[in-house]
Amino acid sequence: MTGGPLLEVRDLTVHHGQLRALYEVSLSVGVGETYAMIGANGAGKSTLLRAIAGLDRPTSGSITLDGVDVTKLRPERRVASGIVLVPEGRRLFSSLTVAENLKVGASYARKGPWTISRVYELFDWMRDRRGQRADQLSGGEQQAVAIGRALVANPRLLLLDELSLGLAPAVVRRIYGILPELLATGVTVLLVEQDVSQALAVAARVHCLLEGRTTLEGEPAGLTPASIEAAYFGLAGPAGLPQERP
Amino acid sequence: MIWVNDIVQGVLLGGLYALFACGLSLMFGVMKVINLAHGDLAVVAAYLAAGLVTVLHMPTALSILVSIPLFAIIGYVLWRTVLQASLNRSVLTTLLVTFGMSIVIENALQQFFSANSRSLSIGALATDHFNVGSQITVGYLDLAILIAAVVVLLGLQLFLSRTRQGRLIRAVADDREAAQLAGADYRHIFGIAAAIAFGTVAVAGTAYGVYTTFDPTTGTTQLLLLFAFEAVVIGGLGSLWGTLVGGILLGVVQDIGAQISTADLLLAGQLFFLLVLVIRPQGITGSRRTA
Amino acid sequence: MSARTRQPASVSAAGLAPGVRVTRSRRSAIWSGLGAIAVIAVLAYLPYRVYSGTTSLLVNFFILLILASMWNLLAGYTGLVSVGQQAFFGFGSYFVLIGALHGVDPFVGLPIAVVGCAALGLVVWWLLSRLRSGYFAIATWVVASVCYLIIIRYPSLGGGTGEFMPGLPNINIKYLDAYIYWTTLAVTAITLVCVYLVLRSRLGLELTAVRDDETGARSVGVRVGRAQLLVFVIAAAGCGAAGALEVISAPYLQPGPAFSVQWSAEMIFAVLIGGIGTIEGPIIGTIVFFALQQWLAHYGTWYFIVLGLIAISVAIWAPRGIWGLISDRLKLFPVGYWLWPAGQRLGPPEAAVAGEDAEQVT
Repeated sequence: MTGGPLLEVRDLTVHHGQLRALYEVSLSVGVGETYAMIGANGAGKSTLLRAIAGLDRPTSGSITLDGVDVTKLRPERRVASGIVLVPEGRRLFSSLTVAENLKVGASYARKGPWTISRVYELFDWMRDRRGQRADQLSGGEQQAVAIGRALVANPRLLLLDELSLGLAPAVVRRIYGILPELLATGVTVLLVEQDVSQALAVAARVHCLLEGRTTLEGEPAGLTPASIEAAYFGLAGPAGLPQERP
Repeated sequence: MIWVNDIVQGVLLGGLYALFACGLSLMFGVMKVINLAHGDLAVVAAYLAAGLVTVLHMPTALSILVSIPLFAIIGYVLWRTVLQASLNRSVLTTLLVTFGMSIVIENALQQFFSANSRSLSIGALATDHFNVGSQITVGYLDLAILIAAVVVLLGLQLFLSRTRQGRLIRAVADDREAAQLAGADYRHIFGIAAAIAFGTVAVAGTAYGVYTTFDPTTGTTQLLLLFAFEAVVIGGLGSLWGTLVGGILLGVVQDIGAQISTADLLLAGQLFFLLVLVIRPQGITGSRRTA
Repeated sequence: MSARTRQPASVSAAGLAPGVRVTRSRRSAIWSGLGAIAVIAVLAYLPYRVYSGTTSLLVNFFILLILASMWNLLAGYTGLVSVGQQAFFGFGSYFVLIGALHGVDPFVGLPIAVVGCAALGLVVWWLLSRLRSGYFAIATWVVASVCYLIIIRYPSLGGGTGEFMPGLPNINIKYLDAYIYWTTLAVTAITLVCVYLVLRSRLGLELTAVRDDETGARSVGVRVGRAQLLVFVIAAAGCGAAGALEVISAPYLQPGPAFSVQWSAEMIFAVLIGGIGTIEGPIIGTIVFFALQQWLAHYGTWYFIVLGLIAISVAIWAPRGIWGLISDRLKLFPVGYWLWPAGQRLGPPEAAVAGEDAEQVT
């Protein structure tokens, strides 16, 4: 480790065809930190994570991991350097079993604390149902397997895209409940969350995007609901913020 | 009783079709690519076997030990160069490119080899047979080809379900991007699947050369590709055992057609395929939506 | 081919700024039209000037041009890859033969064959319309094979060995060759004009929408099935015409060559090399095809291998073909629309909507 931030994104611009999805976004995430991206639908949060994981190619800007420039690396090479994404919508291998999904995740794993049996300990139901096909699981269970599949690769930087999408609040709470355990193994987490209160509750720092641009960045304690509302919706935003932080 | 024998002969013929079909089925299942050059590649394999037998004085059965790895390498290289590039364009491009390959291969064979038909010899086994009861005749060669088909399919099944590479192939087939996020280079994995598919083509081509005569245009005139594809579709896409069932059904229907008149062997098979396509496009064993 | 213009009133519905004009053609189209008429006139005069060897070669050229244009209409504008168009080609030949065996003049048999193949196309489409992509491709091939297998069941049509077609007018061979040549030229011209008109029509616009995004096209109300059916039937009729011309120009008909997949290969190679999805592409491709064939005539089938390799390379690395490389400068038979920003006159446009040229919306 160099002592600097683990992830450094500088002036990242990404296009989807003619459309610019991200405008010169910069951020840095320290080792062991939990960093949350917030913003409305289409703000560019998922694009940012996909670009960091290598799935979307940036038009300009750079991404460095622990001082090493990874901007030009293909996604599968980034896994080897320690960037692993849990994609939006889980994206499990639907015809494979739970155990096989985890084994695929471990196929190109770095050395580290996470193994398949450790994932089974983290989610205690999983071992008994490891022979079940992934497409027969419930949404929350699929999300757990998707996280497990990412963990067994032993990421240094874990990217979590919309974990709560389509899940019941109780399930979301359980999923977020494992975060401390991940952080304890030295994993750094960069997550995208549409539910602002959830993001403010778990993250050390939040970063708000609006139409591809940074509108706000800071520690939850230093942000007022009004400033978040303004950043989330733009200045002329409608009243009525999603549930404010507890 | 005579009908029982017809069905037995059809089943044996179906073994050959299933053998042809498994490579096509694998590439279709994993990469969603239909290799229209499949039949002509099998003819190349038959010529390769003939060459190995003549030049190295190898027994035909052993020649596959050389031709399988050679075809596997050709498959991998062809995938990583031409086929992946065309898939990057579109599925439509893969059809045009493999169709072009089919025609190029056939014309090149015509250029290098005479139009005379050849065959591969395996000695007395080619004509020997045994009888079951008074009516049923089973050729050793036909039986050997059916067994070869079962062995290849079983091997593929085990490879895909039990090995790390097999698991990765299935993962990439399910979700290419998610596989990348697990660190897998899908182009390499696709290449491996293509290598295996081409390896099976080497076996099928050699078996065909032993079974009957071949010439440079056999790939299209004897409808090898069509039969292979028909076996895959009739059996149901994505199921290797369905492919065996499809091959056998096709063989049986053809053999029954041949009882009406010898010329109707092919017609019966083709009409049966079109019937399946119209009535049950997901195949006999399939349940998922296809096409 | 006059330059029709649409007024802003009809355009603002499409959500464009007022004052923007949309035109269908540029002035070059008029010149292209005149040029085409001149070319046809020169070609029509040829039999008075050249030996019949040249005109027979040109007959083959036109037959391939018809086939290529039809395949291009099918694959280039609907995304339906057929490798079984030889079914209609073969039946086109056999319809003329059947007529001739019953005393119908082959030149009269030609339009009958066209209608017959259109009907056959209707039946085949009913059978295959649910299939897409590779399924469709292989199913068309199977249909062609079925057609062949049915034809060889009839000994009266020569069975598997072939049959000589009677009934060609009993005149001096020189005149007969000229008649065949003129007929072929006329059919080719009609075919190309048909393709042009189809693509300029509302159907052409629908087709392009379907090709680019079938679901999207459906959602804006394009009757996808109807558009595809029409094109499939037109392509069947066109290939039938080509087959009819083939048997008239070479009256010994064998089922093997008539239903050979080689025909599909020829049309596909010509279209890919020339440029798929354009009217000009098949013309260029057919010229390249025949140039290479003549040039490498002494080396057996090498010309075909070379063509195949070029076609494969083009499909992968330069999918717009030869015409694609030229067309940025020139458009002979424009079927699309151009957007002209407000205040701009017809003439060399400057940077328009989103490109260096006025954007063509095909």
